[in-house]
This record gives sequence, C-alpha cells and structure tokens, in this order.
Amino acid sequence: MHAAIAFICGLIFGIGLLLAGMANPAKVQGFLDLAGRWDPSLAFVMGGAIAVGLVAFQVAKKRGTTLLGTPMQLPTRRDIDARLIGGSLVFGAGWALAGFCPGPALTALGAGSVPALIFVVAMLAGMGLFEVIEKKRTRA
Amino acid sequence: MIDWAQFTPLPAFAGGLLIGLASALLVLFLGRIAGISGIIGGFLGTARAGDRGWRIAFILGLMAAPGAYQLFAALPPIEVAASTPLLIVAGLLVGLGTRYGAGCTSGHGVCGLSRLSARSLVATLCFMASGFATMYLIRHLLNLGA
Repeated sequence: MHAAIAFICGLIFGIGLLLAGMANPAKVQGFLDLAGRWDPSLAFVMGGAIAVGLVAFQVAKKRGTTLLGTPMQLPTRRDIDARLIGGSLVFGAGWALAGFCPGPALTALGAGSVPALIFVVAMLAGMGLFEVIEKKRTRA
Repeated sequence: MIDWAQFTPLPAFAGGLLIGLASALLVLFLGRIAGISGIIGGFLGTARAGDRGWRIAFILGLMAAPGAYQLFAALPPIEVAASTPLLIVAGLLVGLGTRYGAGCTSGHGVCGLSRLSARSLVATLCFMASGFATMYLIRHLLNLGA
C-alpha cells in the first residue's frame, strides 16, 4: 500500500516536472541566467508547488498521524550551520553547471536521456562519497 | 532582459501545482517529505530495510513519468548543453552538496518553504544565489558553453 502510494506520488511529481519545463536543463539554465536572456518561468513552478504545499503541510503539522494512521515523520532540525550553507552553495553550483537537480535528472533519465544517465551516476557517486566521508569521520 | 519567447508561466504554474499535489499526498498518506536527494540518500545510507520500499517506489514513479506523459502529449525536449566532463563534475557537486545541505530544490525549496522552515529558507537562498552566480560565471565570464 505504501509503495503503491509512493509510486503514484513519484509519477505525479515527474509529470509536474515535465509539464513545468523543469526536466529540460536548457529551461533551468535560462532561469538561472539572470544576466542573459532571462526566462522567469520556473519561479511560477515554485509558486504553484508552494501554494498547494502550504495547505498540505499546515494540515500535516496539525495531525499527529497520517491518513493511514502511521506517525508523521517531519524534519525536526532547526539549526542553521556551516554544513547546511556550504552544502547548499555546492549544490547550487552543480545545478547551474548541468541544469539538472536530483528529481528532474531521474525523470529525464526515465525519458532515455544519456546526459541524464551520466549526471545521475556521478550524483550517486557524490552521495556515496558523502556516506564514506561521514562514516570515516564518525569513526575517527 | 526577459526572454518573452521562452516565458511559459501557465504550464510552469500548472506543473508546480502537480508537484505540490504529489508532495501533499506523500506527506498526508506516508508522513514523508518529498525531497528527492533525501529519498535517494536514505536509500544509499542509513535507511532500515523496511524504510526502503517507498523510496524505490517513488523513484520508479519519477522515472515512469515520461512514459505516462507520452500517453497524453508529446514529450517536451530535454536539451543538455553541458559536455560529459562538465556533467560528471556537476553530478558530483549535486550529490555531495545535497547530502551535506540535507536537501535540494524539492526538499528545501518546495516542502521546506511550505513548512515555513527557516532552515530550508536559508538553504534555498544559498542554492539559488550559488546557481545564479555560477551561471553568470560559466556563461558570461568563462564562456564554458554550458
């Protein structure tokens, strides 16, 4: 049941990305290129998503449990540290270089894009590197 | 200067509504954040066996989206300017950055801002600023052809 719902959510999310133009790196880079021929479309993606999200997360916060009766697992961290800032700065640089962020890259991969495959493999390597570094760090 | 020829506010907004709907369903039914880097990262990292099924299902859904989309409309183009070495560097940076920053465009940008999380607001401002700055650097200063 959980897996079926998660699959449908992923499917709707991916269709949204395609419709919005987020799965096209040229479109994303057009949005990030403020000094060039700027395409502000992607600001409307955020607007639409947050308009729905604001309502949903207000409901989620008020309810202690999900509609299936399991506990809500919302993030609890509130600290703003160097890792959050540094990591986000590094992510933003990679996002601009390729025009892919994680979700759209997976959807573009599903469409058979070879550049998306190369990007996703490198992204998984980066995430794996994080796990290795963090494991070493906690052991030291 | 705004590129009016490329400006598509209506599909962008409609796509955003669908992204919001998917995030809403995921949190209301599963109690989870639709943050793609976190969903993949949990799969690679510390997630327990029972916690993996929904993650892989969500990822498969994301990847099945083009197939479903094609039933109703022609698939939009996927135009990539970056060379293979640039794609590899970008992928590594996105992988490392999203795990250290604990989120990406979806987890911080959509879900975090919707939760009114100050942490996600800071993260979003950082990756947006860095994205704008990097784009300026590669397109207008270095002319990397990306």
